[in-house]
Amino acid sequence: MLHVPKLIAAATVALVAGFSAPAVQAETPPDTLIQAWSIDDVISLDPAEVFEFTASEILGNSYQGLIGYDVNDVSNIFGVIAESWEVAPDGMSISFKIRDGMKFASGNPITADDVVYSLTRAVKLDKSPAFILTQFGLNAENVDSMVVKTGDMSLDFKMDKPYAPTLVLYCLTATVGFIVDKNLVQEHEVDGDMGYNWLKTAYAGSGAFTIREWRANEVVVLERNDNFSGDAAPMMRAIYRHIPETSTQRLLLEKGDIDIARNLGAEDIAALQGNPDVVIDSGVKGSIYYLGLNQKNEFLSKPEVRQAMKYLVDYATIADTIMKGKVNVHQAFLPLGFLGALEDTPFSLNIEKAKELLAAAGLPDGFSVTMDTRNTPEITGIAEAIQQTMAQAGITMELIPGDGQQTLTKYRARNHDIYIGRWGPDYQDPHTNADTFARNPDNSDDAASKPLAWRNSWDIPEMTAKADAAVLEADAGKRAEMYLELQREHQEVSPFVIMFQEIEVLGRRANVNGFVVGPSFNDNSFKAVTK
Amino acid sequence: MSLTTNDPGGRSSAPSRFLWKVTKLLATLAMTFFGLLLVTFLIGRIVPVDPVLAVVGDRASQSVYDKAFIELGLDKPLYEQFWIYLQKVMTGDFGQSFLTKKDISEDILRVFPATVELATVGILIGTILGIPIGILAAVKQGKLADQMVRVLGLIGYSAPIFWLGLLALLVFYAKLGWVAGPGRIDIAYEYSVTQKTGLLLIDSAMQGQWDAFRNVFSHIILPASLLGYFSMAYISRMTRSFMLNELAQEYITTARVKGVPEWRIIWVHALRNAAVPLVTVVALSYAGLLEGSVLTETVFAWPGLGQYLTNSLQNADMNAVLGGTLVIGVIFVGLNLLSDVLYTLLDPRVRRRG
Repeated sequence: MLHVPKLIAAATVALVAGFSAPAVQAETPPDTLIQAWSIDDVISLDPAEVFEFTASEILGNSYQGLIGYDVNDVSNIFGVIAESWEVAPDGMSISFKIRDGMKFASGNPITADDVVYSLTRAVKLDKSPAFILTQFGLNAENVDSMVVKTGDMSLDFKMDKPYAPTLVLYCLTATVGFIVDKNLVQEHEVDGDMGYNWLKTAYAGSGAFTIREWRANEVVVLERNDNFSGDAAPMMRAIYRHIPETSTQRLLLEKGDIDIARNLGAEDIAALQGNPDVVIDSGVKGSIYYLGLNQKNEFLSKPEVRQAMKYLVDYATIADTIMKGKVNVHQAFLPLGFLGALEDTPFSLNIEKAKELLAAAGLPDGFSVTMDTRNTPEITGIAEAIQQTMAQAGITMELIPGDGQQTLTKYRARNHDIYIGRWGPDYQDPHTNADTFARNPDNSDDAASKPLAWRNSWDIPEMTAKADAAVLEADAGKRAEMYLELQREHQEVSPFVIMFQEIEVLGRRANVNGFVVGPSFNDNSFKAVTK
Repeated sequence: MSLTTNDPGGRSSAPSRFLWKVTKLLATLAMTFFGLLLVTFLIGRIVPVDPVLAVVGDRASQSVYDKAFIELGLDKPLYEQFWIYLQKVMTGDFGQSFLTKKDISEDILRVFPATVELATVGILIGTILGIPIGILAAVKQGKLADQMVRVLGLIGYSAPIFWLGLLALLVFYAKLGWVAGPGRIDIAYEYSVTQKTGLLLIDSAMQGQWDAFRNVFSHIILPASLLGYFSMAYISRMTRSFMLNELAQEYITTARVKGVPEWRIIWVHALRNAAVPLVTVVALSYAGLLEGSVLTETVFAWPGLGQYLTNSLQNADMNAVLGGTLVIGVIFVGLNLLSDVLYTLLDPRVRRRG
């Protein structure tokens, strides 16, 4: 006990020493790109399974697909691993020729075997993104006869119907179509799992970077691939650090301990505007913010009420104040940048008009509904603003806050009144959103497919047929016209109040150049970043 | 009658009494953990979150969804799911995380050292500062020093740690640059220290990498000080009240009358007796920190148990939640036992009885 004062003295000295330890002057290594991002959604690194935003971006920088598109003009499709392709006259198959001389990071050459293996593997594993390939009539049983090698460097991709070639090609640019190193994956196959358990945390690709390590909720480390066939990446290493708190990301960026902050809040962006060391970049993304009005609700199922709701959102104010540059007002189900996207924005806040519509529906005094609201600051902010404008027309809207998984679980069971959601396209073709917003093949409770139209119990056999017809139109111009028409009708009658299109915003140090924000998440690229 | 109690044969029952005690202890432990698992399991299943969603995502087809549903064993009745889980736990298999598909034990071994390191430094700071401050407050009862300690303690009780954490980062990291930022270690040292214990301070010191050690220290000191401050608030209040209690005892008056120096009365006579209940206070504070403070870990991007458990809970990853809860249960029970043992060392009366 006599030593207690001495201990205190020692502790004080240690503390003082600790505090005055010269902090290493913050600067990231010149050959390493360090990004702060909330990466807790990563559950796999296997192209056959990846479907999350973050993991898609990681794969986009480390794997290659048969084909790609220009991020500035998505209609410009070009070959990556494929040198060329040809659609059969009957439109029932596409023949691909593989580029010569390309290698995987392992040093193995890329051949038709790898491509056939990768596509059949994704279909047979049948994980979440598999439907992007299986929608062409492929399944575990028939895929071996549908995706066939026709030579060392060529293969055929067959389908059950003559789908629009653009649809097929865009689907092949999705991460599920990325090509894995057959020999390497097969070395790690256990009990016929096609290397699934291994590739979940490993890497077998040919992209600009290799994935060295992923520690869940902590870090992802990528290293330059010296066997990459394209221009070598200027950065030796690229690291994602899991920083869940946006204000912490901002502090790290201001201090220069990271190069890019990926999850800045509207407040953080405003605060960083005047900082000469930091540049705010943005790019239009495909995600759409919308309200889903459940047609099982007696009020919401009235056409006039659906219409009135579209006049009770203060689109412009929400975009400018709550979202501060992170969204554009957008009111059709196809985001800008997609083939056939409709740019009209016929709705704006109009209380009088909404009241007239409610009166026409026999509800002059309004009604009460609930809205399931994911408890993120942005969604909550939008929801509260809508709650206020709805109240002006007599609609009492109660917000039910919940965690993301919780609100989603309820939405998928059709137990909501109104759901405020965000929907990102799965691939770059218009069918991805038409499929979910404007198709509902079976509205029964135990339907096999449950698109957004189903979740809101919107039974639309005629519109479903129109959406199906657009999938088989080979002429891109005619196809675009079909989607425009579909969206105009949808905009007027649907139980979806489509409000905004997302803009992805990031903050980078002024010396960091060359980060590309593409339309879909696997287009975000740091392959050419310099500093 | 008195003969039987004095029967020397009674002594031979001492080992069996010991055995009985141990058996009772084990049975209590088993019941505690069983109850803990049962309650956690039920809560996890009642939470209105679909665990399959976290695995397959929102877009999966119905066939993919159904396959995952069966893989996770959710098609079986609740009691059967629990029974299967219990059987596995008995053999030391905590199952796999739904999300990472890794063994729970592997996941916890990865995240727990980060929390242990932070909690240990935190409780050291809290104890080393809290006890003297508490003593000071007791000795100067009602005076300015006491009031200042009270204010300090109240702030510690009431200020949200999330806010204090951000404020501390802003001041000491962003503005003054005295400490390193969020995270456990700078990227530059990330791969130079080989992780053996997972406690980076110890690993770097053992490998003689003093630059890395300083860096790790510079990262840990701020969050640990915050946690330390919070436990200090509690420890100092408790020390004050225990000390006031002791200082009012007659033996203190006796010692004073005998002319024992005041510092000796306070630091030896009184503190020694106050130390007994203080052990429990410190042990429970430590256990509280070892659960992992979610908010501190979030603000400081600290990849520890708190973040892991929260993320698992939000995704209804039940195996991970159950595994983490067990670890926390073991910590609480273990530290409780430890404080019981320390009692017997510190308190002669307990020692004699034992």
